[in-house]
Amino acid sequence: MIVRFLDIAIGGLLTGGIFALIAVGFGLQYGVARVLNIAHGEFIMLGAFCAWTLFTRAGITPLVSMVVCAPFFFAIGFVIYRILYNPLRTSSESAAVFEGNSMLASFGLLFVVQNIALIIWGAPVRGYTYLAFPINLMGAVFSANRMVTLIASVILGSAFYVFLIGTRTGKAIRAAAQDANAAELMGVRINRVLALCFGFGTMMAALGGLLLSMTSIMLTPVMGLQYTLIAIIVVVLGGLGNIKGSFIGGFILGLVGYIVSSVQPGLSMVAYYVIFLFLLLVKPTGILGK
Amino acid sequence: MLIALLVLLVGLPAYVPSSSYTVILVTNILMYVVMALSWAIFSGPTGYISLAPAAFFGVGVYASAILSESLPLPLVILIGGLASFVLAYLVGSVTLRLRGMYFTMFTFGLVELVRNLVHWWEVNITGTVGRLIASEDPVTVFYGMVAIFFAVLLASSLIKRSRFGLALRSIGESEEAAAHTGVNVNRVKAVTFGVSAFFMGLTGATMCMRWSYIDPTTAFSIQYSFMPVLMAIFGGMGHLYAPVLGATIFSLLEELLTTKFPYYYMLIFGLTMLIVIVFMPYGLEGVIEKWRKRGKGGPVDVAYGAEKA
Repeated sequence: MIVRFLDIAIGGLLTGGIFALIAVGFGLQYGVARVLNIAHGEFIMLGAFCAWTLFTRAGITPLVSMVVCAPFFFAIGFVIYRILYNPLRTSSESAAVFEGNSMLASFGLLFVVQNIALIIWGAPVRGYTYLAFPINLMGAVFSANRMVTLIASVILGSAFYVFLIGTRTGKAIRAAAQDANAAELMGVRINRVLALCFGFGTMMAALGGLLLSMTSIMLTPVMGLQYTLIAIIVVVLGGLGNIKGSFIGGFILGLVGYIVSSVQPGLSMVAYYVIFLFLLLVKPTGILGK
Repeated sequence: MLIALLVLLVGLPAYVPSSSYTVILVTNILMYVVMALSWAIFSGPTGYISLAPAAFFGVGVYASAILSESLPLPLVILIGGLASFVLAYLVGSVTLRLRGMYFTMFTFGLVELVRNLVHWWEVNITGTVGRLIASEDPVTVFYGMVAIFFAVLLASSLIKRSRFGLALRSIGESEEAAAHTGVNVNRVKAVTFGVSAFFMGLTGATMCMRWSYIDPTTAFSIQYSFMPVLMAIFGGMGHLYAPVLGATIFSLLEELLTTKFPYYYMLIFGLTMLIVIVFMPYGLEGVIEKWRKRGKGGPVDVAYGAEKA
């Protein structure tokens, strides 16, 4: 009984860690840069495929490729914001109009990224195994790579938290999240800060994807959308732009998914939506929200 | 012009040689046109971006797949539409209180929720994943779509010209103000959302008969959510011709490219989308209206409802 309980608790935590990381990136893009980035999952997919390519073609282990890919994806996100969303922001007459336009633009981005990936990697399902040996945690057995993903997610999340709290740039990001116009009037270089946020969000998506690919899941260029949905749900659960909330939301969703799929496989996605719909209707500001 | 179009469409199967291909192509175009038009009925004036068309389309498909054996054709299609109307009305009256992006997120999730539920139901209760369908003659499906096309055109223009359409536009401009002037905001939104879903359900129920096999993945393909939205935005939403134009151009492009270069088609689709959103905020219509008004020197009005009765 205790082993069963541990199994569920740890399994949920392990899944939830990556959910949280993905959601922190998504929350940053929507909460600060005001872009509801439907293409978020596509960068998760790209991260996963980079890990696969580097591992199977060049023999570079995923943990090393994280270090290589992080600045690369940060730069991609930064540039995308500059050439796509920044012109939109300046041409939209209001924040609400920008939110609508930027979301639709992110659909365009989704199609572009996904189909470039399909052209490069093709449709077949890929996968690799890495650190797949079992680890015994008080009777519950998990593979090492899942432990690694949890640890890495928590480290990345905390590092970003410290960055937000402790640095001048972090302060500027928090100011922009509260009110972009007021922050600009106070001397924050708003275009740079918003582009930074988008870059960080893209980076976290890619790192999430890298970590995800380690856990022997199947990789396809069309896998992104379901992770976008998970990110949306976790963000609604934890509250927008709340890193702690994202982690709590991620763990809750991970637990629920793990419990439901052990009872009735195939319904875990449905369970996510039920939680999501319920929260949207009852408390759209999230469990930690005011 | 409308009558000419009607005559052209009705006569099409008779005088076009190698008609089966043309008929199927035009049916496909009509499907997207109706989806884009019915999306614009609700989302155009109110500004609520719904990503749920696939859910309503799929409900229509399933209604048709379940009932087509036992009931006459027009009735099956009507039930498909009504089922979608009921779903949309119920969902709408609960969730249309959500503002802006939260509503969009919700509708996005709704498609997946319905798809997963149907999938689970089919696997665990019915014991299959897909269903075989006694498919109809392409010409029958074609006439079905022609009828729905004119019905949706009629409904759109009636709604636009009525007090109801005025109420919708006032909701889009300011919801509080609309409520204060006595518009029953939630009811108007839910009913319109239902009407727009009704036509999507009709389309799903009709198009279903063109296939011989369906499963939840094809019936609720997220494509049916994205395409109509993007087509309507590409075309514009101020005049009725605009979504028709957007949908026609894209479905022709799809027909040309999709068999040979499917990935490049979607890539071009995405790039066009980005370019349109950044450089042509009112879609093709914005360009056309600017060009038409150039000589007259009047202001360019491409907001929804620009076309005065």
